[in-house]
Amino acid sequence: MSADNLTRTQRDDLRTIAAMIVPASDAYKVPGADDPAIQADMLATLGRDTKLVAAALDHLARLAGGPFAELDANRREAVAQEFRKVGGAAAATLVRVVLQCYYRDDRVLRSLGLELRAPFPKGHVLPDGDWSLLDPVKARGGTLRRAP
Amino acid sequence: MKDPVDVLIIGAGASGAAVAWSLAETKMHILCLEQGGWMNPAEYPSTGRDWEAKFYGEWSSSPNVRGRPEDYPINDDNSPIKVVNYNAVGGSTVMYTAHWPRLHPSDFKVKTLDGVADDWPIDYDALTPFFEENDRIMGTSGLSGDPLSPLTHPPMPQQPMGLSGAIVGKAMNKLGWHWWPSDTTVATMDYEGRARCINLGHCTPACAQGAKSSTDITYWPHAIRAGVELRTHCRVREITTDENGMASGVVYYDKDGVEQFQPAHVVIIACNGVGTPRLLLNSKSNRFPNGLANSSGLVGKNLMFHPYAQIYGYVEEPTDSNRAPPTCLWSKEWYDTDLSRGFVRGYGVQFVRGAGPVFEAVVSEQKGILPWGEDHHRVFRKLNGHRLGFSAICEDLPEEHNQVTLDPVLKDSHGIPAPKIDYTISENSRKMMEHALARGREVLETAGATDICINSPIPWGGWHLLGTARMGTDPNRSVVNEWGRAHDVKNLFIVDGSIFVTSGGVNPTSTIQALALYIADQMKQRLANLFD
Repeated sequence: MSADNLTRTQRDDLRTIAAMIVPASDAYKVPGADDPAIQADMLATLGRDTKLVAAALDHLARLAGGPFAELDANRREAVAQEFRKVGGAAAATLVRVVLQCYYRDDRVLRSLGLELRAPFPKGHVLPDGDWSLLDPVKARGGTLRRAP
Repeated sequence: MKDPVDVLIIGAGASGAAVAWSLAETKMHILCLEQGGWMNPAEYPSTGRDWEAKFYGEWSSSPNVRGRPEDYPINDDNSPIKVVNYNAVGGSTVMYTAHWPRLHPSDFKVKTLDGVADDWPIDYDALTPFFEENDRIMGTSGLSGDPLSPLTHPPMPQQPMGLSGAIVGKAMNKLGWHWWPSDTTVATMDYEGRARCINLGHCTPACAQGAKSSTDITYWPHAIRAGVELRTHCRVREITTDENGMASGVVYYDKDGVEQFQPAHVVIIACNGVGTPRLLLNSKSNRFPNGLANSSGLVGKNLMFHPYAQIYGYVEEPTDSNRAPPTCLWSKEWYDTDLSRGFVRGYGVQFVRGAGPVFEAVVSEQKGILPWGEDHHRVFRKLNGHRLGFSAICEDLPEEHNQVTLDPVLKDSHGIPAPKIDYTISENSRKMMEHALARGREVLETAGATDICINSPIPWGGWHLLGTARMGTDPNRSVVNEWGRAHDVKNLFIVDGSIFVTSGGVNPTSTIQALALYIADQMKQRLANLFD
């Protein structure tokens, strides 16, 4: 199943709920999760999550009594809170899809001070640390329990 | 009809690889059938920008989520702990944390010491040379001399302490509690063709650098050079027997899905604590109506998981996050029985360095500490890169009602009945978990952590699959004898975690492989009268 299986209304609702989960911020200079590039990433990579995300969006529409995106701000907030509370595995999948695409966006990672790359092949450098911290453990010693 | 092989091994994971390598020196014709294939490190998650997202799909630790053709489904609805594993050459050593403690000497004598469960029919000293041999081949790193752990001799130095390790060490010192750098199978220097660790961080779902030891890059190349044949994408359906009640071979589906029969003089099962009982129960016949090697009725019984009690929090200073192997230190402070704690036996602790940004966001949102809306960004910046974790590996005692059976409906892609898990956490384990969470909270608070959260048990934490074909000297109380041979079938051996009598409070892979090498050694010593 591909993201093509999301209807126009479902896509609108996905964009709307995504913006409520992670809104844009001038203070942190980051886009919201409704940003077109982040939305495009979600739709392109939904893959095996498509079915549950579609189910979550249907549930959201049922709670809204129609297209969620068309609700006024107050009603949207109430429905979103209810959705978060009772949405179960489908809602959790939708939220995870939003977050996993948001937190790999270049602008977002840059704002967090993270490098825009895969872990391999560069890896990371780790401080060896001060192993004299182990001295008290060595001084206390101990014995292994054994059967008589 | 295929020619019979001398030894047929089922499963190319931790124990199957070890036993194949050890038996190779006999120059017998040894064949291993593995339901998965060879891994391609170029496709491992840490090679891509979507490295974290993959853990929720094709690289999930759960075979039910992953759903690769090599996986078989597991009905674990009736268990608070879900089974996780990996099916490939290397088995679950492809997907594990590489934490490498051993069972302690006391773990083999729990009945004698604490009056619970049963003693093992062998002791720690019988396994000592095989622990050492296995550590050399798997390539371990660590610091010899831990006063509260069995003496080990890792050929490579310990992992760096990093930022997280230093915070933990200081807190543990303030509390006067034991901690020590963990033995791991992460190469800290170039070793036997493996490149040293460069801190990719995303170790569990396979290491693209090859620094984390898995048997596809350690035992198997040696075993294959020594003449062992490894046939991949071959799923065994059942073990057949002859008129004398001896194993005669196996029926399996080859890579094209075609049913095949492979005769063998000796069959060795290395499918671990869920796969092994599943295979034995699927091998029932008129001669063995309750499943193969099951005259005791204990095949599938006494499943032990190790319930994980995990607690974590957030400190002000940065932690290593995803920029290092996830585990670096252990503690054995609460490993041995102290009845004043309200439970018998104990637990090991592994400290967790941190998490990547996607994992942090997803888990914190689920926990309710990461809000939706305007404040999301401020809170996320407080959490991300500041996590510190404490995970207790609680010793699960054997209970017959914790079991693996065959699901009456669920089947794998070849139509083979799938395993069903029925498991509950015992009262003793619950008390142990509560104790661990309280100690973990003390550690975290001493380190200055806030926003403390609990995962207990870790739901997708059924890594350790033990006890479902236990070893013992009494055929009425065990499935295999003290050197791994089935009591009921004299040319059938089991070498994996299912033969554990008790579970200890540590990750079991080191001990599983030492047992496999020990059993192979016993077989080699008895080749002239192996079936007597």
